[in-house]
Amino acid sequence: MPSTLALRRRIRSVKNTAQITKAMELVAASRMRRAQQNVQSARPFSQKVLEVIADIAALQKSEEISSVSPLLQQRPIQRIGLVMVTADRGLAGPLNTNAIRRAVRFITEEIENKPVQIVAVGRKGRDFMVRSGREIVAEFIGLPPFPSLLDTLPISKVVIDDYINGKYDAVYLLYTNFVNTLTVRPRIIKLLPIDPNAIEPDQDTADYKKTDFIFEPNPNEVLRALLPRYVEVEIYQAILENIASEQSSKMVAMRNASDKAKEVVTDLTLTMNKVRQASITAEILEISNAAAALESQG
Amino acid sequence: MPLNLQVVTAERILINEDVDSLVAPGSDGELGILPRHAPLLSGLKPGELRYRRGGEENFLAIGGGFIEVLNNKVIVLADSAERSEEIDLERAESARRTAEQTLANRGQLSVEQLAAAEAALRRAMVRLDIGTRRRGSRTGIPGRDF
Repeated sequence: MPSTLALRRRIRSVKNTAQITKAMELVAASRMRRAQQNVQSARPFSQKVLEVIADIAALQKSEEISSVSPLLQQRPIQRIGLVMVTADRGLAGPLNTNAIRRAVRFITEEIENKPVQIVAVGRKGRDFMVRSGREIVAEFIGLPPFPSLLDTLPISKVVIDDYINGKYDAVYLLYTNFVNTLTVRPRIIKLLPIDPNAIEPDQDTADYKKTDFIFEPNPNEVLRALLPRYVEVEIYQAILENIASEQSSKMVAMRNASDKAKEVVTDLTLTMNKVRQASITAEILEISNAAAALESQG
Repeated sequence: MPLNLQVVTAERILINEDVDSLVAPGSDGELGILPRHAPLLSGLKPGELRYRRGGEENFLAIGGGFIEVLNNKVIVLADSAERSEEIDLERAESARRTAEQTLANRGQLSVEQLAAAEAALRRAMVRLDIGTRRRGSRTGIPGRDF
């Protein structure tokens, strides 16, 4: 039986921990809201870029389109690049583990162990890939908590340059998608080469075929300039989604921790009271035994 | 007839309002756009976007991007956009110098550092470009040439 003193100390320590997790939960909740807002406000831009790419690409015959830009060229796939977005820090429930597991499944099953080169965004994914001996082309760690597009441009630059130089023939992007506060899911999308036919345009699409558009300087130039933007925006959005997911996972994990702490405190208090009660009973028993012994002697 | 102008960056919608006319820095020269403009899609280079509403002229610094005009709706997709008076020329200049110094020994840089320095340089150049251009440009409104 532990002593009441020891129990009291443990209760205090658990309560302290609960206070910290509670605070972390609140911080994560407010950061999550902000991250969600950032995701929302990035959407109109990426939506429009996608639409314009799809619309211009639809103007051309599919055989000719790949000559416009190397980013549209389908090459025989020998080597693959994977941009892996994870969090820098843990304490976010199963977020990073799930993302890493998804990456491993992707590498071993979906692309059948073709040579993979990793562009790691976030410490957790980097660490894992280093441990498992994968080749890391570039790593981006310590992005600001709410990055701007400019903060993420170096990532897209590395990806685009390496792709054009033939370091890899296809690039995939892994991040954790924010579905809602309780649900986040790792997700892999194909980033390069860009397949304009795969882009689903939104409802109010400008129909360039019907409308007689003026292109300045010409459709191909516009398309060529837009394609890198597509990559930039996709990566930027993935990072924003990942941040929202990270904060929501953190919030949920911290809430669970706080709840659990409350439970432990209740249990410990109960035990402590039992111990206290038992020691009082034992004491009374001793006294009354002693008294009885004295009486029978006298 | 109103002309709806939307200036969108990857981070936010900067402007969404009805204007009378606008002038944008097209990749092949300035583009003046009035209501009933023909459908147009053009690249934009870093520069100044001016728009007029009810006799009042406003300025925005655009860091390159795209413009689409369709059915009296103008959508500007800008890499960056800020009100030009927000730009701090000295800060941009020092950022440019730092980036150039970093790039001077490019041989010793990792891929990440190289990419970061290039991005920083691009950003600083755009700012400087716009900031200085802004100072030299004329507004067309007497007494407001600054």
